[in-house]
Amino acid sequence: MTLTTTGRPRREGPGPQRRPRTRTAVLRRLRRLGRLRPRRQRPGPAPTPATARTRAGRQLHGGPLTYAVLAVFTAGSLFPLVWTAVTASRDNMRLAKTPPPFWFGTRLAENTGTAWTEANMGLALLNTLLVAGTVALGTVLFCTVAGFAFAKLKFRFSGALLLLTIGTMMVPPQLSVVPLFMVIAELKWTNQLQSVVLPTLVSAFGVFFMRQYLLEALPGELVEAARVDGASSLRIIWHVVFPVARPAMAVLAMLSFVQAWNDFFWPIIALTQENPTVQVALTGLGRGYVPDQAVIMAGALLGTLPLLLAFTLFGKQIVGGIMRGAVKG
Amino acid sequence: MTATARTPAAAGTPLPRPPRAQGRPAPGPWRRRLYRWDVSYSPYAFISPFFLFFGAFGLFPLLYTGWASLHRVELASPDHMEWVGLHNYARLLDDAFFWNALRNTLTIGVLSTVPQLLMALWLAHLLHYRLRAATFWRVALLTPYATSVAAATLVFVLLYGRDYGMVNWALGALGIDPVDWQNGTWSSQIAVSSIVIWRWTGYNALIYLAAMQAVPDELYESAALDGASRRQQFRYVTVPALRPTILFTVVVSTIGATQLFGEPLLFGGAGGQKGGASHQFQTLGLYLYEQGWFNFHLGRASAVAWTMFLILLLIAAANMLIARRLRKSH
Repeated sequence: MTLTTTGRPRREGPGPQRRPRTRTAVLRRLRRLGRLRPRRQRPGPAPTPATARTRAGRQLHGGPLTYAVLAVFTAGSLFPLVWTAVTASRDNMRLAKTPPPFWFGTRLAENTGTAWTEANMGLALLNTLLVAGTVALGTVLFCTVAGFAFAKLKFRFSGALLLLTIGTMMVPPQLSVVPLFMVIAELKWTNQLQSVVLPTLVSAFGVFFMRQYLLEALPGELVEAARVDGASSLRIIWHVVFPVARPAMAVLAMLSFVQAWNDFFWPIIALTQENPTVQVALTGLGRGYVPDQAVIMAGALLGTLPLLLAFTLFGKQIVGGIMRGAVKG
Repeated sequence: MTATARTPAAAGTPLPRPPRAQGRPAPGPWRRRLYRWDVSYSPYAFISPFFLFFGAFGLFPLLYTGWASLHRVELASPDHMEWVGLHNYARLLDDAFFWNALRNTLTIGVLSTVPQLLMALWLAHLLHYRLRAATFWRVALLTPYATSVAAATLVFVLLYGRDYGMVNWALGALGIDPVDWQNGTWSSQIAVSSIVIWRWTGYNALIYLAAMQAVPDELYESAALDGASRRQQFRYVTVPALRPTILFTVVVSTIGATQLFGEPLLFGGAGGQKGGASHQFQTLGLYLYEQGWFNFHLGRASAVAWTMFLILLLIAAANMLIARRLRKSH
């Protein structure tokens, strides 16, 4: 029974002396058994010799035209963002002239400061960080646990409950706005962050996403082995499920963070300018709360910058996550 | 051997004796019962947090909206409900602005979805080549997805400005007269659609790219052997293989288009909920918002919400019919 994949010679029969008690040990063991994909997995097709040889018409190198078209689209994608920064560094008078400015001015700090104080962007950023952080954490925790139950455990009505979950994935948020508003008005929660956090704390998509991932990534035998060893369910979650699910959990956390950060419809209704999230504050700016275009753009820049920063840091992982979710979902 | 001996985890057990005897005393009856409970009830414990929140903030409001739509409910006193039957729905069907909003939602939906998905397909095709800096292109094309509706719309409002906007300046440089983007019907709807297109094209391109990478190479090989050109390969291999994905993105984009709210709201500036001076780009989402939170009729807003829900159900049914037809034709 040599199951080695890493090339390290192993003895026949009894293996190492320790059972995998820690997360890293489980991970290491899984990886050794070839159950887990190697750590650095590229989203693209692996350039194995086989595909390199049989690259029939498809996996060709892109020609100059390909690059040119991609460059145009990339410029189109990035231009509004760059221009946000350009206008945020100008003053209002300059924006009311033709031709529009193409290069940065000198008033970025000043405009950002005005947006920070007048449009409450400081408080808005803090609030949004709190909301998006809590939502991401809650979504990952609850959805991983529920996804594990749906993927690997047998219980009554599991099929029907899963169907219910999937069926409601497409119900629009508009449908629940009126009763939710009535409830928070009753509880006097208007303008308080929990009214925004609680309704988005779990997501049906998250449950489905984690279920699909664990279905493949977590060998059922591993759970059974832990059971036979007398591990309680919580222990299994902590020492077996979480280590295996970690890549998918990271992706789900990033996706729900972005979504919560950009959530619009419900926060507009539940919150006011006194205690806004970024999107609410930006809406206030756009609706003439501060009638200075340069300040408005500085606010938009402030509200977008944290996510853009995260994108430059984790862009590769986010792209990989979206593509993996697409194939499975 | 016991069940564990066959499992990969047990491959590393120290001794070929039953794993039960792992130096642990046999559990007492109390512990054994606890263990059995744990095994049979833990699944419910695992799914209960999700269903608790989901029931309280998803399912209950959904049903209650339907109930509220049969009542007269004012924004000022939301706990006072007066039964009116289908009156709210009758009012809705009589309201010219409702039909206007429905029409606008449809046209903006088509204007935003069709070019968006076509461009995404093209981009995915290009991204599927072997490229230098492949990750850079993907991340760059996805950045609009990280931009919020609010931030994106505020920039586009400036770009589409009538007097000093960059779009009109560029048109002027080409010798075209300036367009009053916000006040024209078509121009405003095109402008709003362009915001949606900008934000979602890259995302859809990545989804198509993922599907393209899942197409087996042999299909292309045999097509190439049969003398198919690259264009023909795209037409007769890639597109058919992508059909389920395309259907999926069409459904998701259609749902998104039905709910369109933030872009037209902010594009309208101060009186955004009207969707322009003559409601020229008011969508159903905006109409709901206006009825509930500016005209103070939560009951009517609920009726709009359920009408939107019914429209979505119709779309879902149509989608299922198309999917079945596609499956049959294969």
